[in-house]
This record gives sequence, structure tokens and C-alpha cells, in this order.
Amino acid sequence: MIINHPLLGPRDSEEFVYLGSADLIDRPDWESRTVADDFHQYQYIRENIAGDNRELWYHEQGDQSWLLVTRNTLTHEIINVELAQDVSRSMGRGK
Amino acid sequence: MSNTRYSAFKVLKEALTGHKGWEPVWRDAEPKADGYDVIIVGGGGHGLATAYYLAKNHGITNVAVLERGWIGSGNVGRNTTIIRSNYLLPGNEPFYELSMQLWENLEQDLNYNAMVSQRGIMNLIHNDAQRDAFIRRGNAMLFADAGAEYLEAKDVKERYPFLDMDNARFPIKGALAQPRGGTVRHDAVAWGYARGASDLGVDIIQNCEVTGFNIENGVCLGVKTAKGDIKANRVGVCVAGSSGRVMAKVGIKLPIESHVLQAFVTEGLKPVMDNVITFGAGHFYCSQSDKGGLVFGGDIDAYNTYAQRGNLPVVEDVCSGGMAIMPIVGRARLLRMWGGIVDMSMDGSPFIDSTEIEELFFNGGWCYGGFKATPASGYCYAHLLATDESHEVATAYRLDRFRRGAMIDEKGVGAQPNLH
Repeated sequence: MIINHPLLGPRDSEEFVYLGSADLIDRPDWESRTVADDFHQYQYIRENIAGDNRELWYHEQGDQSWLLVTRNTLTHEIINVELAQDVSRSMGRGK
Repeated sequence: MSNTRYSAFKVLKEALTGHKGWEPVWRDAEPKADGYDVIIVGGGGHGLATAYYLAKNHGITNVAVLERGWIGSGNVGRNTTIIRSNYLLPGNEPFYELSMQLWENLEQDLNYNAMVSQRGIMNLIHNDAQRDAFIRRGNAMLFADAGAEYLEAKDVKERYPFLDMDNARFPIKGALAQPRGGTVRHDAVAWGYARGASDLGVDIIQNCEVTGFNIENGVCLGVKTAKGDIKANRVGVCVAGSSGRVMAKVGIKLPIESHVLQAFVTEGLKPVMDNVITFGAGHFYCSQSDKGGLVFGGDIDAYNTYAQRGNLPVVEDVCSGGMAIMPIVGRARLLRMWGGIVDMSMDGSPFIDSTEIEELFFNGGWCYGGFKATPASGYCYAHLLATDESHEVATAYRLDRFRRGAMIDEKGVGAQPNLH
């Protein structure tokens, strides 16, 4: 698989480490009343989508950036690549 | 129904009478209009074993196994055929030891040649810390009556002189062996259980994809399929690899990701290894099939996927693992490689449990180790479906164990499915 890095252009997926679902950006509020449930969902439960999946890849052997890759889990086609920090900021979170 | 008993006498008789007396191994059924006591979703090894033990151990014979494609077309036909019960943790080891005992009697029980070969498995040790960890595991195995042996480096070298004992990075310092481990002809497991279940009255229905579940007031009343709605008092899902997709139809999210595991076989070679050998410093495991091919595998591809094929970086990784311990594989040509989709769970261990929907049960999360578990998985799932209680060796395999902090994490890597 070739991941089209927004800053560095097309890179082999072998340069990356895979973390998992992009939902992991949205860490629950630790002061919430439902914190135990929230963190159980966040840490352990997955959508495990068959189709377009939003996921986090880390460019370990490159510029060390986190990318948010939208990839089809049935065909391995990569549909979209964004910098995870841009997505995180657009959600009102820090980088 | 076949009811033909296989024996040497039967083979001889058929040889002399032109092989006219063989019958289909199992009965290809169509759904009954008035439904079933139990429907098993998924005609793989685990599903067929569940149906067999429901009928044999619990007398529940009004059972259907629904399979989307043909039986055994999933992971039971795609694995590297290894059986072993060399686990460390108390939640796992008695379960896998039950499985090993069922393997040992499988062929007599089913009257079917599954080529169970207890040729032994050898986990190589490469440093002192690993020796300590493996000896601890060996002791856990001895507690569970699974049997374990520690081999010195010289014993390993004597048995397998082709191993790269003095590799600069990964010297071989010894091995943890389980002499009762080995290999089984994987397709024959599906066929043998199908025959056993079919003979006891179970309907095996192929080309019958489950497209949904009929649920009223939180109770599962049956399934929607490609062949119409089928009623059932109880439904057991058993579709590891596709668990996410099937359970999404009832809105249940699982502590599971789907990943692809690749496997490989070389061209046929003369006999060179009469054992299963695993690399302790990377991920590589290898045995030699009866046809002579070296059957081997390694890590999963490590990204979510439902495609039954992997990518080349992992092929290179697996082959370099092989080269690090047995450079002779470098001279063999790869004959075939393929992939299977596995349920990678959050702690590397499986689930055999009820769900939040009444009369709907779940079996899955087998990671890349489901084949060796086939008999015990069916045995314990049948026990749960028949009695509403977990079998005593499967009490730890609950879906809520993460909420309770009762993970069964053999490798201790945490909630990162692609590392288990």
C-alpha cells in the first residue's frame, strides 16, 4: 500500500506504524460522570468497519507525523490522507 | 444420511467392487419450515464442532449450521494446521489442554481420518530472559497436565542440525518443547465434524448467508438469510473473522478488530523436519506437511482489513524470520501464499459468551490461534448453548472482562490488537 503523505508525497506503508481507529483522537473527558464507561468504550470497543475506515498511521521511519488515513478495509484502497493534528484541531482539541 | 462406517475392511471392499459403495460424507440440507432448536451461524470448524457436540453431548439434534459459502471455506482451511496447549495463564491453559485431549481422541470419536500427528512442537529460546519465561510457562503447562520439556542447545542441534545455532543476533540457546503438540489435516477437521453432526441429524445448509436477525423485545427469534427467514429458539454466532460484520447487524460492537494473517507453503521437499519449530526472537513458525512442503507463517499484517489477502512487507518479514533460524528455507521456492481474516481481540484471547440480546450467543475473537482450539471451542460453546452456563474451562472467556479488568493477556501488550 502507498500512503500519499500530505507533506512528503507517496510513501510505502512499510515506513509507518499502524495504531488503529481514528476515534482514538477523541479521548474522553476524565472528569465526566460516566468516565468508566467512556474509557471502556474508548479503549476496548471498536466499530471494526467493513468499508471506509478512518485510522491513525504514524510515520515512524519518516517525519514522525501522525496521519489520519481513510482506507477501504475490503479493497485496501486509500481514499484520503490528512495530518492528524489538522483533524484534531478542527475538532477543537489540541494537536 | 450416510452412516457408512469407515474401516480398512471398507476400503478393501470398495477397492474390490469398483468404489461404487461410497456415499456423500454429509447430507446437504435445505432449511426446515418449522425452524430449529438451535441455529449455528457459520459453517467453519468451530461451528461444525459446536453442532456435533450439541447433538452428541447434549442430545440436541434439531440444529442447523448456516454457511455463507461452502463449509470449511474460511479459516479452518487457511491455517498452518498446528495444535498445541502451551499457554501460560490459568484462564487459557486448561481450555487448550481440553482441546488437546479432544484432538487425541478425535479420529476414533468421529470415525474419520483427520491425520492428527502429535509430532511435537519446539519453541526456540534465544537469550537468558526468554529461558526464564519459557521455563515458567513450561511449569504452568505441567500444572495443567499438558506436558513440557526443556531442551538444551546441544539437544536441539542434535535433532535439527540445519538450525543456525550460532546466528550473531539470534543464537539458539535451547527450546521449550511440548511433545504432544503437532499438526492436523485442517480440511479433514471440517469434513469430519460435518459428517459426525450430519449423521446425528444436524442440517448443514450451505450458500445460506445470514443477512439479519429477527429480534423482538430484546429476544432473538431467528435469522434472515439468503434462503428466507428461519426460526430458532436459540442462535449461536460462530463466524470468527467476520464477527464485526455479523454482530453489526444487531448493533453490537465488540472488543475485536479484523486483521489478515498470511500463510505460506514451499514446493515439496524430502523429509527434513519431523516437528513444529517456532522462532523465539521474531515471529516465524514452520512444519513440514506430509506432501513435503514447508508450511510456515508469522505476524499478521497489522492493519484492519476484511480482504483475504495481505501485502508484501509482511511476506518479507516472515521470510527473514525463517532465514534467521533455518537458512535452508532460502533454497526452497515458495509454492503458494494466502490470507485469512482473523478476529484480533483486545487481549489476544477469545470469547464464548451470551450477549445482551436474549437467545443470541457469541463465539469469536480467536486471534490467529483458532484452529488448535476447534474441538474445545465447539465443546464449550455447545455446553453454553445447551445449559446456559459456561463450561468450567471457558469461564474466563466473557465479553465484559475488560470492564471488570479481568483481561487474559498472554503477551502482556495491552489493548493493541495488532500486537497480540
